[in-house]
Amino acid sequence: MTVMQHIWIVLGVLFVFLNIAAGLIWVERRLLALWQDRLGPNRAGPLGLFIVLADTLKLFFKEDWIPPFADKWVFILAPAIVVASVLMGIAIIPFAPGIVVADLNVGLMFFLAMSSLGVYSIVLGGWASNNKYSLLGALRGASQMIAYEVFMGLSLMGVVMLSKSFNLTDIVNAQKGLWFVVTQPIGFVVFFIAGLAETHRLPFDIPEAESELIAGFHSEYSGMKFGMFFIGEYLGISLISAMTATLFFGGWLGPAFLPPVVWFFLKTFLFIGLFILLRASLPRPRYDQLMGYGWKLLLPLVLLNLLVTGAIALWLRS
Amino acid sequence: MISHLRTMWLVFRHLFQKKVTVQYPEEKVPLYPRWRGRIVLTKDPDGGERCVGCYLCAAACPVDCIALQATENEEGRRYPEFFRINFSRCIFCGYCEEACPTYAIQLIPDFEMAEYNRQDLVYEKEDLLIDSQGKYPGYNFYNVAGLDAGVKEKGKGEDEETPVDIKSLLP
Repeated sequence: MTVMQHIWIVLGVLFVFLNIAAGLIWVERRLLALWQDRLGPNRAGPLGLFIVLADTLKLFFKEDWIPPFADKWVFILAPAIVVASVLMGIAIIPFAPGIVVADLNVGLMFFLAMSSLGVYSIVLGGWASNNKYSLLGALRGASQMIAYEVFMGLSLMGVVMLSKSFNLTDIVNAQKGLWFVVTQPIGFVVFFIAGLAETHRLPFDIPEAESELIAGFHSEYSGMKFGMFFIGEYLGISLISAMTATLFFGGWLGPAFLPPVVWFFLKTFLFIGLFILLRASLPRPRYDQLMGYGWKLLLPLVLLNLLVTGAIALWLRS
Repeated sequence: MISHLRTMWLVFRHLFQKKVTVQYPEEKVPLYPRWRGRIVLTKDPDGGERCVGCYLCAAACPVDCIALQATENEEGRRYPEFFRINFSRCIFCGYCEEACPTYAIQLIPDFEMAEYNRQDLVYEKEDLLIDSQGKYPGYNFYNVAGLDAGVKEKGKGEDEETPVDIKSLLP
């Protein structure tokens, strides 16, 4: 692959994912509205699509205020971290054979590392805001991320065992016969739940928790800095959806009548829809329920899954 | 877990249900006859103003948005010299309609009265007076009142007996 080709792929992935993240503003509002028997934004432009433009312009022109009591540089740094770490995570996703920004042989580890780095934006943002609600949100976010990061990694080890590789292209190729959602159903469910917690989306949005903490760790943020948290959240949704599609639903694999990239994005959008459906349907658990659920139910479950998968893999080899 | 999945399925099914949204400027909300909207002044069947300038509506108004000045014509019929409702104050409570003894002031099902200029929300008598009998067709206050104000002579109204000559001893 030439350097030029590589640059084009990097730019293309950036362009597509940033546009998806922005477009999700519209997708989420329309889908939520439809599930609540409303119509949602349908005035600006065809089907209301220009709401994205209007929202972005609005965010750009809003006052970008740094509170005088805030820790200025950390306050500015925090929203950048979330977007940067999620975009780094997107780098290892294979969209189609050959279309991947970084074909790392430790791709999965890199993804887990990058999604863990995202917690810094929450902690630093909450800390730098110097506001008790923000700090509470940051504390919750940190403990939630630590708890769910553990078995997010563990839930993927079954996939690694079956495909014998950390490289995502290899993992997709190992699903040629059978998708891993069939052989690793528990791994899939646990990974998706952990992904929800990782992106702190609605059933697990206790770091934000509007009804308890105003807006949690980004209470003090405004303008485009808030927009960066917003975009980071939508990028996180896209990343987790893309990873779910790649790891458990055979990535670009699919019947030949559609090109591989189309299959990949179809699957990804299915999971994005699922994310939004979860937001529309499930209430937020209490903080201790969330932690108890993670440590007492999902962790033993995923360890058991690992044990059984390992045993079967050994048995098949002998 | 099962209940969570069931919840998600039930919410998903709402995708195909009828939406409750009324797309307002194109579609209108159904308004019923007793809907309390814009205030009007109605007229008699024979075209006279019903309002007798009794100030009861202005007294009943909780936000003091009604101002009027009563006067009389040469036949002794009272009518408002000016009648002014400030709709930027009005809360559409309908107390003026309840207070009105002659069914003159009425609230009608119309709410589309937005203005760019606040001053345009102050309606004068010519804006309020409509050429209709409103909710009480056929009603004429002076037909049931004892007063002779040019509509009918004394003793000629509905259920009205001819005046008794109190100075006379005859039955």
